Amino acid sequence: MSVDLLSYGAFFLTMALTYAIICLGLNVQWGQTGLFNVGIAGFVAVGAYVSALLTTPEDPARLGGFGLPIVVGWVGGAVATGLVSFLIGALTIRLRADYLAIATFGVAVVVQLAVLNLEWITGGPFGIGFIPRPFADQAGNPLVFGLANLAVLVAIVLVLYLVLERLARSPWGRVLRAIREDEQAALALGKNATKFRLQAFAIGGGIMGLAGAVQAHFIGFIAPDNYVPMLTFQVWAMLIVGGSGNNRGAILGAVLVWGIWAMSAAAVSGLFPPGQQARAASLQIVMIGVALCLILLLRPRGILGERRVVSRHIGARGANSENGQTSDAKSS
Amino acid sequence: MNPQALMDGLIAGSMIGLGAVGITLTYSILRFANFAHGELIAWGAYIAFAIAAALGMLSGALTTPIGPFSFGWALVIATVVAIVLNGGLALLVDALLFGRLRSQKGAIIIMVMASFGAALTLRSLLEFIFTAQPLYFSKALQIALPLGGGIRATPDQLLSLGVAALLVVAVHLLLSRTPIGRAMRAVSENPQLAGVAGIDVRRVIRVVWLLGAALACVAGISAGLLVQIRPQMGLDLLLPLFAAAILGGIGSVPGAMIAGLIVGLSEAFAVQLIGAEWRSAVAFVILVLVLLFRPQGLFGRAQ
Repeated sequence: MSVDLLSYGAFFLTMALTYAIICLGLNVQWGQTGLFNVGIAGFVAVGAYVSALLTTPEDPARLGGFGLPIVVGWVGGAVATGLVSFLIGALTIRLRADYLAIATFGVAVVVQLAVLNLEWITGGPFGIGFIPRPFADQAGNPLVFGLANLAVLVAIVLVLYLVLERLARSPWGRVLRAIREDEQAALALGKNATKFRLQAFAIGGGIMGLAGAVQAHFIGFIAPDNYVPMLTFQVWAMLIVGGSGNNRGAILGAVLVWGIWAMSAAAVSGLFPPGQQARAASLQIVMIGVALCLILLLRPRGILGERRVVSRHIGARGANSENGQTSDAKSS
Repeated sequence: MNPQALMDGLIAGSMIGLGAVGITLTYSILRFANFAHGELIAWGAYIAFAIAAALGMLSGALTTPIGPFSFGWALVIATVVAIVLNGGLALLVDALLFGRLRSQKGAIIIMVMASFGAALTLRSLLEFIFTAQPLYFSKALQIALPLGGGIRATPDQLLSLGVAALLVVAVHLLLSRTPIGRAMRAVSENPQLAGVAGIDVRRVIRVVWLLGAALACVAGISAGLLVQIRPQMGLDLLLPLFAAAILGGIGSVPGAMIAGLIVGLSEAFAVQLIGAEWRSAVAFVILVLVLLFRPQGLFGRAQ
């Protein structure tokens, strides 16, 4: 029994951490730079499908299955998604802020349409199966398998976190925040706002693509239904709850919201008769929607608000001096 | 090419146009891209459906078809009531959410995000109340009348085209010829200055929501009458609505309507040429082309 519980715990955390990666990507776009992405599901799907195409065994029914190593798939998924993000950003970032939002929404619609209709690449509505899973040779032992996968996810999230924290304190990160806070002032200092925004959007998109790829390999199967607007919405809720602008907040929010989501899903399936399950599931979405609006109204900073960091050489300083800041400055 | 595509495109385009006029008004006067506007279309259709069904139960005479149309007086009454109730819904969402965010003076993009949250909430509520099963105002089949040139249309289709044309002319006259229209244009130019000049900005905002919700309601009822009512109908229309509003030029009512027709016609022709499964991509292609070559739209001003 306890082994079951432990392996479920590992499964839950692994899933939550894949969302944490998407959240970290969104945090680069929104939290650090103020770029609004409504098409997260589309970007995650690009990463997942590219990685699946690269790594699955050959399939006569569709293009490829190139059978490459998993890591190649992950890098490929991240690079492809970063490229898509770059193109969309290049199109819209110099225009009004909400044009980017509308365009990313369009990306999600078109990606959904493409994975459904391009059957010779994506397998159409049936999706792609047999995506190689890391440590597949351990699959007979659920506990070892689960813990090994969890370890991989923890490592990825940790590395990303450290790199992103470093970036946030670098001159590059300072320029991004300067542009977000006061574009005129940043321009006056000779910073090319469009270029920096575009870089941030592409990097954030690449991280989302990586998340999609990692998730696909963890589950082993992808289909168009996984990448609906609901996913975009969940990730936004995670980042807003955790605290946008704060990388730890992004990870905390992902685990927390995923936990609430999983628990409410269990409650729905336990409390409602089978005929009413679909109905009750929509109530679950209503709940998350109301929660997001409430947080935007009541506590827009989230649980862990943004910490004001200037440079890793100076350490943390800001209006609010919490304990975490000084210790964090020492560790970096 | 099938000439019938012309008729299909015009009809779909008139519904897109009605929605896009609402989007363009909220965009230019409240200054944010409202992702919840599609849900006003769906809610309008569902409210009208519920009222028409209730009226039909009260009196069977109300459901006997009027003349050549497929619906009875029940739907006509329901439309009027639904327009009012849908306006109330828009005002309620504004009072609970957007109005509070406005008074917090937060970034515009927070409003966009809030509208995204509101959209999902409203859509899922519809799904909870009415389930995902499609609904129909009337199960009666209509004979399409030949109009010449190989084009056919049902009386319902011609009626919704006529109503859409009438409404757009009315809104255009309201904006260009009446005091409240002048006030709306003033607020869209500069809200602070308009307030200083004695214009009641809050009243203007209320009128914007009522107008947008009314047009959305009519678009939803048309879509329900000609196709079907589904909780997803607003979401499916959202991208074409934004494409039309931007193509027409933000703030331009005739532009939004004409662009709506352009988007509708392009979709209809794309269905003929490429296939129905790519229909939803047409709006995106139009959007990308506009942003590339003429970001201010057909009738908008460069910023």
